[in-house]
Amino acid sequence: MNATTPILEIAGLSVSFATPRGPVRALRDVSLVVPRDRVVGIVGESGCGKTTLISSILRLLAPNATVDAGSIRFEGDDVLAMGNTALQHLRGGRAAMVFQDPMSALNPVVSIARQMIDIQFRNGAPKAEKRARAVAMLRRVGIPDPEERIDGYAHRFSGGMRQRIAIAMALLMNPALLIADEPTTALDVTLEAQIVRLIRDIKRDLAGSILFVSHNLGLIAELCDEVVVMYAGEVVERGDVRQIFHAPRHPYTRLLLACDPARIPESGGAGAALPTIKGGLPDLAALPSSCIFAPRCPDAEARCLHGAPAMVDLGAGHAARCVRAGND
Amino acid sequence: MTGALRRLLREPLGALGLGLVLVIVASAVFADALAAYPPTQLDVRNRLSGPTAQHWFGTDHLGRDTFSRVVHGGRIALLVSLVSVGLSLAIGLVLGMIAGYGPRWLDNLLMLVFDAVRSFPTIMFALAVVTLFGPSLETVILIVVVTSIPVHGRIVRTQTLSLKAQEFILAERAMGAGPVRVLFHHVLPNVIGPVLILASMEVPVVIAIEAGLSFLGLGVRPPTPSWGSILNDGYGFIRDTPWLILAGGLPVVMTTLGFTFLGEALRDVFDPRLKRE
Repeated sequence: MNATTPILEIAGLSVSFATPRGPVRALRDVSLVVPRDRVVGIVGESGCGKTTLISSILRLLAPNATVDAGSIRFEGDDVLAMGNTALQHLRGGRAAMVFQDPMSALNPVVSIARQMIDIQFRNGAPKAEKRARAVAMLRRVGIPDPEERIDGYAHRFSGGMRQRIAIAMALLMNPALLIADEPTTALDVTLEAQIVRLIRDIKRDLAGSILFVSHNLGLIAELCDEVVVMYAGEVVERGDVRQIFHAPRHPYTRLLLACDPARIPESGGAGAALPTIKGGLPDLAALPSSCIFAPRCPDAEARCLHGAPAMVDLGAGHAARCVRAGND
Repeated sequence: MTGALRRLLREPLGALGLGLVLVIVASAVFADALAAYPPTQLDVRNRLSGPTAQHWFGTDHLGRDTFSRVVHGGRIALLVSLVSVGLSLAIGLVLGMIAGYGPRWLDNLLMLVFDAVRSFPTIMFALAVVTLFGPSLETVILIVVVTSIPVHGRIVRTQTLSLKAQEFILAERAMGAGPVRVLFHHVLPNVIGPVLILASMEVPVVIAIEAGLSFLGLGVRPPTPSWGSILNDGYGFIRDTPWLILAGGLPVVMTTLGFTFLGEALRDVFDPRLKRE
């Protein structure tokens, strides 16, 4: 491993779930790279495989899931080949995760102090020192009176505060990669802004990368250096945040951006309907042989219906899975 | 801890329960000092007497001092119940957590064993074990432990199953916590509350089982005093004196109520979600 080895490198990952209806192919040929000291965003609508993707990074997939193909490398180490010891070291030792729902991410009957001290089990330091670290970290994420409040239980904190505590616990691990799975989805808008500001602050003094999962384009634009757009279990476009937002090449990315309420032009007037993407998600148990987005794509041509398109490299790290991506 | 005690005492029933339990426990611990006579000392001239200054609860058909026998019987009752509830609680907790958190095949196996044990009527099982090993204190403990492990184990398993799906358990695993850490640091604090109440309510049940078995002559061997054998002695002389029945029955009732009240109050005290500001 050297300085140029990416923190995380996923190549051609395919994951399927065994169901009574047959295998549901939740992820297909997903590739992405999280370089050192970068914030990479994963964006896509609900059910596109975001959570499956990040669960597979830490091998926390449901028991009925299997990895059919591909590789996951964490700082060069093959995650899929890791034994239990290496996995437990990866989880928390090298990567930490912040979950979607702060209301259920903390143990309700164990005090915050005990949880935060316990989670430092890798650290041989005396308990008082671990407590001091936990208090400092709570102060860092903006919990008032941390010396006193650390002895409280989760129910004494609001949703936003709990998410701050969850972030503090993840940061205690000093991770090379912080994975945030829609950390603001369960919060209201003002709290969301606060948490995003916190993550941006953390980014400045965290010696690691962040993988930020969201369906909120505004947050992605604000926080991320690079963006991966997912649709129905595939990466449809990836690139630099400016490329994705200013020169999207996949029709799905374009439509997704057009649907963002924050970006709808004022001229539309108060009575204008919110734009939507027509159609629904494809059935992942019975995949079409065409481009996965073709049934909903306004620009679909005859060739889109014959065979799935490959990723088209557009240079400078920008790539899109569309036969027309190289045109115009 | 002092805060917990204060909250416990603020509940009238909790205070009453604690008081009753303390009286019973103290009388058992200090049985030797409290009892004016050895529990097996005969005084045939004063047999079947009512309460007198010498014999507070009267005497039985052999002239033994009933009060001495009651406090010494409390020792047996508490010993049997605390030891067997403690053992079955500890074993049931561990097995229940393993069944709930471990692999499916292990869960199925443990459930099969639990169901097999539960499918025996307790009294039949007790009779069979007593026939095999002979009546003794240890046999009573064995019977109670074996029959109440599944009770605790099932409850712990159900709780563990629902906890397993919670995000904070997933979060712990994502932080690299192994099964032992997850179970003992996160699942255990969540299940211990309900199981402790269950256990404290199990104590009077066990006392009743011990009294029942001793009443039938299948428990503690005479002349060792037990509330059950006092009841049995009294049963034969119910037309001559009601005092034996009262002396054997009242402690059972008091202990049952005491532990039940205490258990319910403890639940409220130890559940941080019910803590009052």
